[in-house]
Amino acid sequence: MPRPVQYNITEKPIETPIGMVEGPEGFTGEGFFASKLSDVVGLARKNSIWPLPFATSCCGIEFMALMGSHYDLARFGSERVSFSPRQCDLLMVMGTIAKKMAPIVKQVYLQMAEPRWVLAMGACASSGGIFDTYSVLQGIDQIIPVDVYVPGCPPRPEAVLDGFMKVQDLVGKESLRRRNSDRYRELMESYGIQ
Amino acid sequence: MALSNEIIKQKLSEKFGEDLTGWEEPYGMLTFSSNKDLNLKVLQFLYDDPELQFRFLTDICAVHYPEKKGEELAVVYHLHNLIDNIRIRFKIYTDINIPDVFSASALYSAANWMERETYDFYGVNFVGHPNLKRILNVDDMEYFPMRKEFPLEDQTRIDKDDEMFGRS
Amino acid sequence: MSEHVKLPEGSLEKQTTTLNLGPTHPATHGVFQNIIELDGERIVGATQTVGYIHRAFEKIAEHRPLYQITPLTDRMNYCSSPINNMGWHIACERLLGVKTPKRVDYLRIIIMELARISDHLICNSIVGVDSGAYTGFLYVMQYRELIYEIYEEICGSRLTTNIGRIGGFERNFTNTAFEKLEKFIKEWPIVLEEFDNLFMRNRIFMERTIGVGPISAERALNYGFTGPNLRAAGVDYDVRVHNTYSSYEDFDFTIPVGSTGDCYDRFLVRDQEMWQSLHLIKEAYKKVQEFKGADGEVYHADVPDYYLPDKKDVYTKMEALIYHFKIVMGEIDLPPGEIYSPVEGANGELGFYLISDGGRTPYRLHFRRPCFIYYQAYSELTKGGMLSDAIITMSSLNLIAGELDA
Repeated sequence: MPRPVQYNITEKPIETPIGMVEGPEGFTGEGFFASKLSDVVGLARKNSIWPLPFATSCCGIEFMALMGSHYDLARFGSERVSFSPRQCDLLMVMGTIAKKMAPIVKQVYLQMAEPRWVLAMGACASSGGIFDTYSVLQGIDQIIPVDVYVPGCPPRPEAVLDGFMKVQDLVGKESLRRRNSDRYRELMESYGIQ
Repeated sequence: MALSNEIIKQKLSEKFGEDLTGWEEPYGMLTFSSNKDLNLKVLQFLYDDPELQFRFLTDICAVHYPEKKGEELAVVYHLHNLIDNIRIRFKIYTDINIPDVFSASALYSAANWMERETYDFYGVNFVGHPNLKRILNVDDMEYFPMRKEFPLEDQTRIDKDDEMFGRS
Repeated sequence: MSEHVKLPEGSLEKQTTTLNLGPTHPATHGVFQNIIELDGERIVGATQTVGYIHRAFEKIAEHRPLYQITPLTDRMNYCSSPINNMGWHIACERLLGVKTPKRVDYLRIIIMELARISDHLICNSIVGVDSGAYTGFLYVMQYRELIYEIYEEICGSRLTTNIGRIGGFERNFTNTAFEKLEKFIKEWPIVLEEFDNLFMRNRIFMERTIGVGPISAERALNYGFTGPNLRAAGVDYDVRVHNTYSSYEDFDFTIPVGSTGDCYDRFLVRDQEMWQSLHLIKEAYKKVQEFKGADGEVYHADVPDYYLPDKKDVYTKMEALIYHFKIVMGEIDLPPGEIYSPVEGANGELGFYLISDGGRTPYRLHFRRPCFIYYQAYSELTKGGMLSDAIITMSSLNLIAGELDA
């Protein structure tokens, strides 16, 4: 009996051989292309986000499905899941963060290089979820700033993909000066980060 | 002859006489209790006796009964005889102010973490335990959270309005 | 943290090296911290720290009516949450003296065995990943998705299923669910056979796992091992047979046992259990199909005090409305009593020790969590082995952080 894997067979001819993102707006002339630097940087950044999966519990299992063959996060330029904070752009916190774990999350965040983004996946990481108890941190935004929250307990992989695309949006549109602004410094100081 | 609750009860009564009390059989599981100083002797006897052979420690946990003065904390052992496939439950009660109970970790390696967990939640002090410290909670926690007087919820939260939860 | 251990006789090193693994290490699959003492690359001691996702299930359970505890059990062993759900319902039914119809029992067996397959699947494929074979993982992941689709068809959720109610299921299985189940029954053996071919006689895999992290039957029993890890050491203890529940006694199946208790035996035992689970699913499905007419529609027992009435009746009948209100508000007093009810979870004996004092919530609920109990043997299992063996031993024990830390 042949193996029961179903290949992605479509009748429709493939129009573009490789998925390409739209280029930024700008002037094109003979031999030159002029655009805003921030757009180009944003384009490059947003299509190769390296996530750091900080998976603690149930949501981590859904993340396995997300990385697996069925949902495949690699399509969004995140093939390389890095477990080393130094090389990562996006901290994905998935699952309950207990108070015992909180200092570790913060340390991992601090070890990441700027610019860095944070995605809180699931109810527990966003708000403590159903665990309103003495041992659970009521949302990771008490210790680190969060860019995108994905609700659900656990969220479906599609929901995480949506959240991921929201992060891509943020990354693509971010001003190059944001990380040096006073407002950003104030935000960091409110978390006690210099 | 298969082991039955009656035989176990008879054998234990022969050995320990009046020291074992509280014989019950809720949902078919033989349950009894003893003085807390006897716990290791009873466990050792159940382990060694060639007929009883309760050599598998299923579980240790504690229960807090605040209204029972002098025996607030109960430590519950679930034992299993895998040869005759019979389970028993053995309880001891201790005063919450002197929660000293002998440790069974020399008899069962499994008891090590179970006792640490019981200590972590209820503060039962297992005498003779090799490494009795908190296991699940943070080390600098000052109370034993599973005792009935301590609240479930995080007390440092400020975004919760008690009135909205019907308590004020 | 820990002291340097004295080096063994004949060591070439000047002192031992302390290596910190975890709690966020890619190779630990969950949040455990292991502080390992190394003599070169050989392990001389390991200290485990757990509790990084302690969520206080037992304390929450003291404040919730029975039906609200089901979602908590989901989040214990999240790789096989239906087994936990069913185990909890069975514990409640034993306490309340509810007798479930045979069809419900068989449907439960189908769901529980699917969950067992999905759990063993993850564990075995992760053992593969840790020994350097990523293929198996990616390949079988598709079939875990199919299992999730079956759950979804029955209860609407993928991972934390909250499946079933006290007395049965919240709704009957749809035809789509049975179609998907048939598809699974047809296709899964082919995939599992390929998976077996990839690993079982694979020289590299065998070299990496045979003799790694072994434990004798005696030590395993003393450490409170249960489930596949105990059976790999050669003890044929299975709660499904010894304390039967949910009509497992109606089925004929084999308990696979190993002999050495090493990683390879654990792998084989899990693998054979997947075949047995498949066999059980087939048999149970056959029995479910035998119910015809009105019997074929039964999906819950008649327990008005605990089983929510039909929504249609709630809108039209007074009695149903009252029961609905009482159940949802948790205003039903439990009978006083205490019960210990074990089920065979995917990684061992999952026990529920429930004490009720006649109130609306359990007075005390203790979960016997298999991983918590056998993880303490980890330092004994890894001592004398190589560092890379420690990783593979950890994944082959199937440690689930959510269950371990409660």
